[in-house]
Amino acid sequence: MASERPLLIPSPRIPNSRDIYTAPVLLDLAKPNSGRPGSFSEMESKNPFESSSNVEPNFNSSSQRSVFSIQSKSDGNSIREVSFGALGSKPVRYGSRGADSEPLSMSQKEISDEDARLIYINDPAKTNERYEFAGNSIRTAKYSIITFLPRNLFEQFHRVAYIYFLVIAVLNQLPQLAVFGRGVSILPLAFVLLVTAVKDAYEDYRRHRSDRIENNMLASVLVNDQFQPKKWKDLQVGEIIRIQANETLPCDMVLLSTSDPTGVAYVQTINLDGESNLKTRYAKQETLLKMPDEGKVSGLIKCEKPNRNIYGFHANMEIDGKKLSLGPSNIVLRGCQLKNTNWAIGVIVYAGRDTKAMLNNSGAPSKRSRLETHMNSEIIILSMFLVALCVVVSVCALIWLLNHREELDYLPYYRKQDFSKPGGKDYNYYGWGMETLFAFLMSVIVFQIMIPISLYISMELVRVGQAYFMIRDTQMYDEASHSRFQCRALNINEDLGQVKYVFSDKTGTLTENKMEFQCASIWGEDYSGGNSKLEQVGYSIQVEGKVLRPKMKVKTDPELLQISKCGNDTKEGKHVGDFFLALAACNTIVPLVVDTSDPTVKIIDYQGESPDEQALVYAAATYGFMLIERTSGHIVIDIQGEKQRFDVLGLHEFDSDRKRMSVILGCPDKTVRVFVKGADSTMFSVVDKSLNTSIIRATEAHLQTYSSLGLRTLVVGMRELCASEFEQWHSSFEDASTALIGRAALLRKVASSVENNLCILGASGIEDKLQQGVPEAIESLRTSGIKVWVLTGDKQETAISIGYSSKLLTSKMTQIIINSSSKESCRRSLEDAIVMSKKLVTIAGVAGDVGGSSEAGSTPVALIIDGTSLVYVLDSELEEQLFQLASRCSVVLCCRVAPFQKAGIVDLVKNRTSDMTLAIGDGANDVSMIQMADVGVGISGQEGRQAVMASDFAMGQFRFVVPLILVHGHWNYQRMGYMILYNFYRNAVMVLVLFWYVLFTSFTLTTAINEWSSMLYSIVYTSVPTIVVGILDKDLSRRTLLQYPQLYGAGHRQECYNAKLFWLTMLDTLWQSVAVFFIPLFAYWHSSIDISSLGDLWILGVVILVNVNLAMDVIRWTWITHAAIWGSIIATFICVVIIDALPSLIGYWAIFDVASSVTFWLCLLAIVIAGLIPRFVAKYLYQYYKPSDIQIAREAEKFGNLREFGVVQIEMNPILDPPRR
Amino acid sequence: MAAKGATSSGGAKDGTSDSSSSSKKNSKKPKYSRFTQQELPACKPILTPGWVITTFIVVGIIFIPIGFASLFASEWVVEIVDRYDEDCVPHNYTYNKLAYIQNSETNKTCMKRLIVPKQMKSPVYIYYQLDNFYQNHRRYVKSRSDKQLRSRASERDTSSCKPEAVRGNNYPIVPCGLIAWSLFNDTYGFSVKNKALEVSKKNIAWKSDREHKFGSDVYPKNFQSGGLIGGAKLNASIPLSEQEDLIVWMRTAALPTFRKLYGKIETDLEANDEITVVIQNNYNIYSFGGKKSLVLSTTSWIGGKNDFLGVAYLTVGGLCLFLAISFIFLYVIMPRPLGDPSYLSWNRGQVNIWSKTVRHSFVLMKEIIFGKKAGNHMLAS
Repeated sequence: MASERPLLIPSPRIPNSRDIYTAPVLLDLAKPNSGRPGSFSEMESKNPFESSSNVEPNFNSSSQRSVFSIQSKSDGNSIREVSFGALGSKPVRYGSRGADSEPLSMSQKEISDEDARLIYINDPAKTNERYEFAGNSIRTAKYSIITFLPRNLFEQFHRVAYIYFLVIAVLNQLPQLAVFGRGVSILPLAFVLLVTAVKDAYEDYRRHRSDRIENNMLASVLVNDQFQPKKWKDLQVGEIIRIQANETLPCDMVLLSTSDPTGVAYVQTINLDGESNLKTRYAKQETLLKMPDEGKVSGLIKCEKPNRNIYGFHANMEIDGKKLSLGPSNIVLRGCQLKNTNWAIGVIVYAGRDTKAMLNNSGAPSKRSRLETHMNSEIIILSMFLVALCVVVSVCALIWLLNHREELDYLPYYRKQDFSKPGGKDYNYYGWGMETLFAFLMSVIVFQIMIPISLYISMELVRVGQAYFMIRDTQMYDEASHSRFQCRALNINEDLGQVKYVFSDKTGTLTENKMEFQCASIWGEDYSGGNSKLEQVGYSIQVEGKVLRPKMKVKTDPELLQISKCGNDTKEGKHVGDFFLALAACNTIVPLVVDTSDPTVKIIDYQGESPDEQALVYAAATYGFMLIERTSGHIVIDIQGEKQRFDVLGLHEFDSDRKRMSVILGCPDKTVRVFVKGADSTMFSVVDKSLNTSIIRATEAHLQTYSSLGLRTLVVGMRELCASEFEQWHSSFEDASTALIGRAALLRKVASSVENNLCILGASGIEDKLQQGVPEAIESLRTSGIKVWVLTGDKQETAISIGYSSKLLTSKMTQIIINSSSKESCRRSLEDAIVMSKKLVTIAGVAGDVGGSSEAGSTPVALIIDGTSLVYVLDSELEEQLFQLASRCSVVLCCRVAPFQKAGIVDLVKNRTSDMTLAIGDGANDVSMIQMADVGVGISGQEGRQAVMASDFAMGQFRFVVPLILVHGHWNYQRMGYMILYNFYRNAVMVLVLFWYVLFTSFTLTTAINEWSSMLYSIVYTSVPTIVVGILDKDLSRRTLLQYPQLYGAGHRQECYNAKLFWLTMLDTLWQSVAVFFIPLFAYWHSSIDISSLGDLWILGVVILVNVNLAMDVIRWTWITHAAIWGSIIATFICVVIIDALPSLIGYWAIFDVASSVTFWLCLLAIVIAGLIPRFVAKYLYQYYKPSDIQIAREAEKFGNLREFGVVQIEMNPILDPPRR
Repeated sequence: MAAKGATSSGGAKDGTSDSSSSSKKNSKKPKYSRFTQQELPACKPILTPGWVITTFIVVGIIFIPIGFASLFASEWVVEIVDRYDEDCVPHNYTYNKLAYIQNSETNKTCMKRLIVPKQMKSPVYIYYQLDNFYQNHRRYVKSRSDKQLRSRASERDTSSCKPEAVRGNNYPIVPCGLIAWSLFNDTYGFSVKNKALEVSKKNIAWKSDREHKFGSDVYPKNFQSGGLIGGAKLNASIPLSEQEDLIVWMRTAALPTFRKLYGKIETDLEANDEITVVIQNNYNIYSFGGKKSLVLSTTSWIGGKNDFLGVAYLTVGGLCLFLAISFIFLYVIMPRPLGDPSYLSWNRGQVNIWSKTVRHSFVLMKEIIFGKKAGNHMLAS
């Protein structure tokens, strides 16, 4: 069907929603819900392939994590008391339904004994008898005083660079190879190890301190039937502990009993996942009654081995011969805080390092920066160069030896023969073969700094410095959430400067994820308030002389308000009443009554896990249906000032297959009603179409309007249950919820039996506001040549309209929309689209690259593709075509995407191009994508900290991505690129100077430069300036970079570090080394200069030259830069003077002697000038006659042409970014 | 940073610090300072044509006079170099120089006549120059014991001196090592018009060496007493600190061709004076094809006779002036307005910047030729 559609449509197309329902079942599964997005992180359709393959519980992939995160949202409210007061039956509870929304394979699996840990409740001795479980003492610290040295060294030597260091140092210890003194040769390695060790030791000390504090906290433990305080570290698995309100959990425990008679405990998991709302956890009915008074309880818990999944728990408990199943809603994890519950008692199941909090306590995965990867290829070139130098030296040494082999015995400067002992044996001579080998190894030792080991350390320091400035940037501080920018990965700073693709989540990333109720369609009537006279009304009611009002104000439609106030008097009023009753009741929100400073006013705070539900409940409250109490058995709703009690008879959780939830209420008028709320796609299929066709049609029309306004829509339906129906449902529900095997599927079946033939009540439209600055941010990103892909679970219309409002799509763009329901049609659409996009590019008169790397053309193309099509595309040969198409588009909008598809899309791009990808998201569903991308950015938003935990960088708002990438990324990239090249150059100059000298020593690797000086060269003489410049230099000001995002293209074109620059630098290096070496050589030719004096001249020449070279390239001179560069030169002089003031060295007093002659100073001057002329000339010519954008912007910055600059820029098409030739 | 990341998920840890952090909540905002915002006052130099051309002119102006001065100074130095290793071997030994030098019976005295080309003002330095003698050979350079040279107490510190460390079983050689062993032992006597010239051998070594590096209580011991005599013998009654020839010799030369100070002549030598040199040709360089020369040289502020620095300075200075002129020329025909946004890649479109610049310069040249507005394009800045 898709192929028949016009492919290119100038305006957003609204597909017939019916088309979607008729899609095959398989599709339906993969199609994310659209209507009820809030309750789950926006889309979480379960992948059919995934759930079938998902047998291994520890299948530790990111996709798995996303699946688990789905349950996270549902387990909190998984148990509902079914108390039918009218029947007078005693309360029955069904626990841990949340566990069953796990993949079938999980819940069906019985825990086998070897996979389980057995816990005997209140019997720690027996529990720990067979296996010693971990105690509760935690150690985040890596080392102890004894293990510090070996472990730290072991860890440090994981780095190849250090091994190289070590091998060189060891080689140097062999007497035949001792080029440097023993102490000297270990110096660089020792220095580096020491610096790192001190850093590690300090960090570890801090961890020790916090561990100690934590381990010594007190908990109340049941010992001999009495609760006694015990230190945290002494807690054992199997013990029963009691937690008071506001206390923090010391370990993971299964709840046995709480102060609430129904066994509910509220916990805050902010320390665990960052979610600040309260979650409900339940104690099992069977254990509940036993606990408070008689301490004696015994039983056996069989639970899975410790794992990292904080949203999953699978266990069963045998108590009094009954076997109960335990799920995630029965366990409270370490680090949670008990809230709103006086006490809770539980049995420890995981302690110490086995707790989920500790298992999750690992750092971000380490990534390697692109620049570093490139750098490694150059390092290989340098090593080959090193080997070449060494081969030259050893071959020459061999030739020399063979030429002189007759003379060696008596040669005064060789004296092979040892005459001191009779027999005249050879002294220290092992034949020409060995001598050549020694020459080779010695030259490796002498030329070792050709491989710039210090570069790795410098890079680390520079990255720490850069991170410091990124964290301290006031422009990346989020006032609203008080969150600073976080640098979680320290080794990919410079990757931020080369990002070509940005993959963004929508909800919570582009939008605030703060839902606001906007409009409603009730019985086919649209109440959207005409968009103008909406006003915020603070609704409040009087309860027992106190004013109670909702925490949030909602914009209301006056007409609707009027109708709802009339109550049930009119037919209209009744419909509206039912609608709002559904909104107030059909949810899992917990109302909390909070005191305010004014004693007569109380505020109702609705705590819930879904922002959508919160918005709906606040809306209902404002219209007079205020939810004021929820217990496990009933809810109390204040309807227009009249308190009414509803019994919650049953509740069917939201799940991503049904995409709806329902609640069965026993109303005060003794009727039993089922309220259903869900996504339009699934709701219309369960609505009784024979009833009210006109209303259904009107509602559908309204839904389309809403979603084209960018609103999130939900449809609400209702049905009355007759007594027999209820009985039937009740018994099957009970059966299903006690089933041990396949509970989730059974429950789903029960739910669908009751969720049918609904009478439609209406639909709601909820606005998710764009975050501040998002349109501007996206425009900046697009202008900078970055391709922005938005991946959302929303409906296509919603996505497109958000696209427009966030300036992702503009009216200038041609949209290519692909919605296909089969592989064939998908292929056809893609092929047509590629032809089309090619045509567009050629029409624009620019020959596009076949590889599609440029979207040059006056008509930018936007691709809109939905998740259904992606099912066919991903992991098939169509990927290539999609990539070809997408690379021509400046914007790609993927709607109705499932989390695993997000990662798939990122992977698709990552595999096919070398361009850098950045993924940004806020929720658990973005984790896979964040980990897949080269750079992962987490938004610490409403949806918890999962994304942040998985990310490399975390920040508070989407708009910070602009300063992050365009400003800091650009700076970091430029700095790092320059620093790497400079370090190569700096070390190579030194090596070449040493090499030239070797040619004058009959290839015996004598160094004129003092061994101390040559070791200090890369540690002291030249290291500080490059680090300072690497941290502080700025090629352009922040303002310019933000004003002209195109300047970011420098990173895409790899302007700061590429093979050409490398080779040019090496050529320059060659010349400079010639200048440094040969000027003094010829100036002192045929003179009486001694080796140390000339060595001093050379080392000073090199250091000054290298530092002045750096000075020439510094763009921005602050006092720190001055201090570093000139300070280094001065420090070098001081060091050389100190070394030459030691009478035990052969160079004693050489510097004073040589520096007293004019020739010395003339040589230094000549070295610097002659060495730098080529570079200076090339730099000037390049900057003046072939200026890069950055150069021009710099000039404009300095000479104040910025205004003029701006005018021209606006006139130009901002999206163009032709490849530079 | 890393520590923070590691502890943040440690659950309760954060819980305990929560109360303190909430009170500090407002201070969590990074404090503004010019340093943390990377906005320190800074100077941002840009290579404008004006700056570059000025730099080159200045360098040229400084370098060329220095070059001339150095050349003149070098010219002013009078230097007599006389290679004598070949001449001082009797004809019958020409093909067996080694036998001649190793034979203690042969007469090693040799006479040479040198003509003074120009007046040589005192002091006239006497050097011996050795060629192809690798005093910087790694085996050689290391074969010494600085400790032993400095104090009598470390007399036995000869481990680095092998194979010239100990005599017999346990008698340390002082000074030990190959360097001392191979001490140069040719001697020169000078006379002009049959009047002997006094050669001052005082203060030919560095003062620092005499005072600190070579001990005044260290006397030569067991020196040159082995089977193979390397060179000069030392008077065992004179402390090392006064053995200036040794001190000079032990400051190993940097290059395989080197000079060492032999002594000074404190009288002026007139032009065309004939100096008779009596050479004791003892030192064996014949075994490895070395060369020996006698050098008499005056000195100037630049040191000895060496034209290199002068030539180098003149070359660099000249090059700089040439570059300055070419850049002026380039600037006049192809100026580029600085910071002109139309040169930005996204404004430029597909037009090659060179063609643009070239076109621009054609227009300019036309203007210059036809005299229109030419004045506007004079060297700015």
